[in-house]
Amino acid sequence: MFQKEVLFCFFSQAPAYHLILEGILILWIIRLLFSKTYKLHETYKLTEKEKEDLIEEWQPEALVPPVSKDYPTLNYDVVTGPPSHKITINGKDCINFASFNFLGLLDNERVKQKALASLKKYGVGTCGPRGFYGTFDVHLELESRLSKFMKTEEAIIYSYGFATIASAIPAYSKRGDIIFVDEAACFAIQKGLQASRSLIKYFKHNDMEDLERLLKEQELEDLKNPRKARVTRKFIVVEGLYINTADICPLPELVKLKYKYKVRIFLEESMSFGVLGDHGRGVTEHFGVNIDDIDLISANMENALASIGGFCCGRSFVIDHQRLSGQGYCFSASLPPMLAAAAIEALNIMEEDPEETHRLTFKLYFGFVFLYSVHNKLSFGICLKLVGVPVAPALHLELERSSGSRESDMKQLRSVVDYCMERHVALTLARYLEKEERFLPPPSIRVVVTVEQTEEDIQKAVACIREAASALLIS
Amino acid sequence: MTESATSKLLNGDICHRTSNGKKASKNGFVKDHSLFEQPQKYRRPRDKNQNVPHNSSLYKKPFVESFEETPLWVAVLTYMGYGILTIFGYLRDFLRHWNIEKCHVARERDEQKDFVPLYQDFENFYTRNLYMRIRDNWNRPICSVPGAKVDLVERVTRDYNWTFEHTGKVVKDIINMGSYNYLGFAENTGACADAALEVTKMYGAGVGSTRCEMGNLDIHEEMEQLVARFLGVESAMAFGMGFATNSMNIPALMGKGCLILSDELNHTSLVLGARLSGSTIRVFKHNNMQSLEKLLRDAIVHGQPRTHRPWKKILIVVEGIYSMEGSIVRLPEVIALKKRYKAYLYLDEAHSIGALGPNGRGVVDYFGLDSKDVDIMMGTFTKSFGAAGGYIGGKKELIDYLRRHSHSAMYATSMSPPVAQQIITSMKIIMGEDGTTLGADRLRQLSQNTTYFRRSLHEMGFIIYGNEDSPVVPLMLYMPAKIGAFGREMLKRNIGTVVVGFPATPIIESRARFCVSAAHTREMLDTVSLQELLLQDRLFDC
Repeated sequence: MFQKEVLFCFFSQAPAYHLILEGILILWIIRLLFSKTYKLHETYKLTEKEKEDLIEEWQPEALVPPVSKDYPTLNYDVVTGPPSHKITINGKDCINFASFNFLGLLDNERVKQKALASLKKYGVGTCGPRGFYGTFDVHLELESRLSKFMKTEEAIIYSYGFATIASAIPAYSKRGDIIFVDEAACFAIQKGLQASRSLIKYFKHNDMEDLERLLKEQELEDLKNPRKARVTRKFIVVEGLYINTADICPLPELVKLKYKYKVRIFLEESMSFGVLGDHGRGVTEHFGVNIDDIDLISANMENALASIGGFCCGRSFVIDHQRLSGQGYCFSASLPPMLAAAAIEALNIMEEDPEETHRLTFKLYFGFVFLYSVHNKLSFGICLKLVGVPVAPALHLELERSSGSRESDMKQLRSVVDYCMERHVALTLARYLEKEERFLPPPSIRVVVTVEQTEEDIQKAVACIREAASALLIS
Repeated sequence: MTESATSKLLNGDICHRTSNGKKASKNGFVKDHSLFEQPQKYRRPRDKNQNVPHNSSLYKKPFVESFEETPLWVAVLTYMGYGILTIFGYLRDFLRHWNIEKCHVARERDEQKDFVPLYQDFENFYTRNLYMRIRDNWNRPICSVPGAKVDLVERVTRDYNWTFEHTGKVVKDIINMGSYNYLGFAENTGACADAALEVTKMYGAGVGSTRCEMGNLDIHEEMEQLVARFLGVESAMAFGMGFATNSMNIPALMGKGCLILSDELNHTSLVLGARLSGSTIRVFKHNNMQSLEKLLRDAIVHGQPRTHRPWKKILIVVEGIYSMEGSIVRLPEVIALKKRYKAYLYLDEAHSIGALGPNGRGVVDYFGLDSKDVDIMMGTFTKSFGAAGGYIGGKKELIDYLRRHSHSAMYATSMSPPVAQQIITSMKIIMGEDGTTLGADRLRQLSQNTTYFRRSLHEMGFIIYGNEDSPVVPLMLYMPAKIGAFGREMLKRNIGTVVVGFPATPIIESRARFCVSAAHTREMLDTVSLQELLLQDRLFDC
């Protein structure tokens, strides 16, 4: 009774418009409750029979499309025996100008002995990821040796070279962040970028003005929306020595841009580790840049260090994060200890004998000069051009004039490679996934100069290429 | 902590699971023409549920799995535990921010202080405040073969797990219940090790080139033919890393306009591969055939979202044994569904190859099915073969296609020769082609060990998840404090275990995981179960 009076008081004291408004609202709610609801996209329902018919009718595509028999990469060349300086390929003994064995350590006795000793102690596999009894003392030793060698605070090892940069980039850069990448970045970087879901901006290869233009545009965007800009991370991803174009990135200018526009640099040094710099520390030593200026250096141990796997090094602040968020590190078995031991011994050899790197540099210049002579002999109708800089160990020989069709270019280059293999020089075509690459490089032959090749070997190879080109390539 | 679960059941609901993994409160009927129609019965919680497969005609032997439900009061206590830890976490962050407490966290460079912060503060909250406290249970370095017994490097921490120091001593003979060493091939003596030694002397350790350029050695071809024979498929291809096998080959097979139906608890590599492929991904409930069938029917009937064009291909992605749950996939039912709806099946046998089946040929062998029914058989060599790497097996057209279009074949270095040799030797032993019965003995030993271990733990009253034939044995712990305590106490008793918590598992279902191996003897398993029983008074009160 008391409550009814109170309610009546409230109603009589409230202003009229208030009551009318509330009345309208209540009527609206009642209307909504009783109106028919309909889904925007399902305005019809299928009968059971129709569904069955649809299921019967549906035919999927074949799991894989049929591939023609004479597709160039169908048949792999089979290597019998070790893939070292003298290589037996398809039954023929050749000199190896195709494997990335830059410092010749694939065949080194000391490295093999250390790998054998480790095998006798640990067996082959690790049977677990790093978090669950898969961390061996060898891994910890290799990480500390690498970080000391590169003069950084910490290093982290991956068991697969491709997975190193492909796991490192998504660990730091997430949706909403911005990454500026060179167009000639290798496939592993592209996969890392795709996995990160960030906004990717490509700048022309080694073109610092293009990069600066993109950075300036981004700066203007940031001024429009400072709140968002305060949480958007920005990265530049470059390679020290590009595998696709065999030239070096202009690191000092990049560092200047880094401090000017406040972006972080990730450097991929698979080709330049062990090759550039006085001690083989890579492109930072080559240019004399302070290594702390680079946020993350990633490299694989499959080229100069003649082992398997990869590593990232940098400051602890940056690297430690990957131990919990690098997918290729946390969810994958660790590197077999014998391969880690082989890498440690290779690193020992590199450190003991910095002259080795100097010898390699000398060989590289020598090789480059000779290969360049192939390029210069235009009057003989040689239509191959040399792509790359003198210090690059893996150079590309492209056709001067493309015939217009990639397939026929590849066939021509393949015939040059086959000709050289007949004459005991092992070369290879540079292979790419044509449909997956963002900026597909032109077809080329890859020539690798290593420290084990003698000057006669290089001269012989160049003569062979010249012969092949004049015999097979019509100008 | 490593993750193998992709979904995070953070909804706070207590998981009312029946043995089928279905939510017990719903009562949905599946349409008439589906293969597995049945009303869902509500089962009483807290019972050990014996599962009766719906289509028993497809299963040749009983399929017994159990996922006991979390008791209510345990769930409440677990949430309270996490709540207390979070409050303390905020308190410690506050103290660190105001420099009352010394901060061990690594800091950004002074020159880069005005850059956008590399990490968001909250991203690392869990790492800083919860993970750090019990970090000594993971990444334990070892210095011997990861066999049945292992030697650990002793490490101490003076600042509560922020940094570790190695004392230089070695803790010997820890019973290893953590390494994936199912058939005991992690050894440094014997036929495998000798063969690998020879190959290292001849070939060296590295390769230096990709598979399609100069890295295709004769030993790789031999290994691939052997793998194809082992699996009973036309052809096989091997890759250097198991994770990369998934993440690089699924994108080569699937693309835009395709549909991938993936299990809830699939491994990160499968999720990454599916994402990189650009296809649409739909998730079905763990091992739940009704959920899968519903998704298949809806997908075919309605087509692609918005445009309603028919899907180009549908791929069902499942694993053989799920390593965090210990459950085995219901393969006969999946194959029946696949045939009915014309989908393709991708089976990831990372943990089950070599560990299941009378001949060690994996989950296909275990159910007595035909390996030709599985379109893409994938597996890894890390677990049962004591090597490293992964493989994909299937029809010749599939493998030929992969040889030309797989990312790994074009851009990644091929497998190291001694690792390839280890695979060849261990596979020959399992198949019995080396002339001894070692393979058959080990397979039998593994299956006996699994049954014995599971039974003894069950009799002691512990809550064990998973199928009774799976060598992966998860033991439920639930509370966050028990994770740390269990790991440390077991180590004090010379037993090395693996404990996992959030985010690898749902937040209230932290567990310890044991991996039974053929190398374990009965005495070792008895010691482990006995020590757990003794610990029970100290840790477990349920």
